[in-house]
Amino acid sequence: MELPLGIQVPIPTFEQFIFIQVALVTAVAGLAVVTSRNLFHSALALTLTFFGVAGVYVFLEAEFLAVSQVLVYVGAIAMLIAFAIMLTRSMMYGRTSPLNNQWGKSSLFALLFFMGLLAFARATPWPAASEEVIADEAMIGALGREFVTTYVIAFEVLGLLLLLALVGAVMLARDR
Amino acid sequence: MQITQWSDALSGWLIGLGLPEWAAIFLVYAVGAFVLINYGMLSVLLLIWITRKVISRIQDRIGPNRVGKFGLLQTVADAAKLLSKEDITPREADKIAYNLSPILSVSGVLMLLAVIPFAPGLIGVDLNIAALFVVALGSIGIMAALMAGWGSNNKYALLAGFRVVAQLLSYEIPLVLSILTVVLLTGSMRFGSIIESQSLHLGGFNLGVGWLGIVMPGALLIFFISSLAEAELTPFDLLEAESELIAGFHIEYSGMKFAMFFLAQFLNAWILAAVMVTLFLGGWQGPGVGLPVVGPLLGFGYFMIKVFGVYVLQQWIRGTFPRLRIDQMMYFAWKVLVPLTIGLIVVQAIVQKLPTPVAVHYVLIFIANVGVLAIVASILQKYFREEQMRTKRSFEPTSLIGTMQVNEEGTMY
Repeated sequence: MELPLGIQVPIPTFEQFIFIQVALVTAVAGLAVVTSRNLFHSALALTLTFFGVAGVYVFLEAEFLAVSQVLVYVGAIAMLIAFAIMLTRSMMYGRTSPLNNQWGKSSLFALLFFMGLLAFARATPWPAASEEVIADEAMIGALGREFVTTYVIAFEVLGLLLLLALVGAVMLARDR
Repeated sequence: MQITQWSDALSGWLIGLGLPEWAAIFLVYAVGAFVLINYGMLSVLLLIWITRKVISRIQDRIGPNRVGKFGLLQTVADAAKLLSKEDITPREADKIAYNLSPILSVSGVLMLLAVIPFAPGLIGVDLNIAALFVVALGSIGIMAALMAGWGSNNKYALLAGFRVVAQLLSYEIPLVLSILTVVLLTGSMRFGSIIESQSLHLGGFNLGVGWLGIVMPGALLIFFISSLAEAELTPFDLLEAESELIAGFHIEYSGMKFAMFFLAQFLNAWILAAVMVTLFLGGWQGPGVGLPVVGPLLGFGYFMIKVFGVYVLQQWIRGTFPRLRIDQMMYFAWKVLVPLTIGLIVVQAIVQKLPTPVAVHYVLIFIANVGVLAIVASILQKYFREEQMRTKRSFEPTSLIGTMQVNEEGTMY
């Protein structure tokens, strides 16, 4: 498509068009998490961000990962955050300023961190998908097999960690 | 059995008409989504009518019979009345959470319709992770209830919101685990292939009665109980216990927003029945679905009969069972259903690795399931017998006023 001043604008394909929408929602929601004055609204925006990330996974044809993302992050983590806010803040007057007296220093360090990440990302030679990507249901099976063969130690340690957290929670909550 | 998808057939026809491919696919999906969503919305009218009729008969009443034939249009009249009601927003409510919550709760349920297989080849998307998708979308409903409870700025609504989260999260676990038993046996999370694995071929003719519920009655029962809790139906309807919480998390809502919560609830019950039919009762399988032309029509008929049958069963339970207390509900989920389903999965995983013919696997799985069925049934029987004795005792005229005694705890007998 050509605009009057001779500027070339690439026409996005249908997939790109939807991807732009998903990415915009994710980014705007992410921004709302840090700028919202109400902590509960921040939690809601965070949930929307999780959904957006799940949408990005769908574009990468990783449906299993996308659904797991919704199941774990929206179903459990967002709920936990919302609970924590509701139980610790006074009901409706949880309005806070997103800025405190250290905003200057912290924004500087955040910027530095971002620059570092960007430099790191640009310096790393990312491998292109060389092998045939396993698609569809075979992928879930392959993922499961990797968990109990190559990554079995990490998988078991994670399970142990979750079990410890569970036991700790029961210890804290039991009647004394 | 190779089944062509309705969407492939329709988009192929549209491309044949000279449309570009992306436009054809877009159009086909838009039409599919339009039909599905409207079907969902309209079917609620019928579902509410069925509920009212079934419960009326149980309570020895006639039920709605004035508007339309057999009172079929009663729900339409009710919806019109709700539309004319004033839309109230509490002054101190959180506007965003308050207004977003009804929309979220309906859209979360409507999205589930996309993976329901209505007939051979008639399915929104045959997702390869459909079983997980159903579970994941349940979390949207929980989020909506929490937002409604918090956003209304009402202590009863907030308490009910907490209850919703506690109940739905607890019963999600046995629900997921009982789905896992099916996935373990069929080796697929795709609803299409789960249903196809439930066919029973006899000399080239598909009898369609190889239902997984016959092999796994224990998992079926656990799924049914958990789905009752997920759909917030009696005996798990303590989210709207009038005597404790006034109305539940939707107490501050009026008019159409209130109706949207109800719409979501009825549709959710129907969809959970549809998922149960898909997983355990053969979906659209039945005698003669393999036939060329009448097959899909028969399949659609079988599916609808089964789903509405399960729905009526849900309403029957709604009309007959007493409501549980919250501690009883949590006890039943965590100390009965979760250990039993985990045990079932362990047994099934070991059995399926045995070097014996598949028929032996099925027999062993069936035995384990019958064991689970017996344990759940005996626990329920014990509970209801105790409950019956307790109620009888409390209604017996035990003493006259003058002889009333006070025991150590200060309560009167």
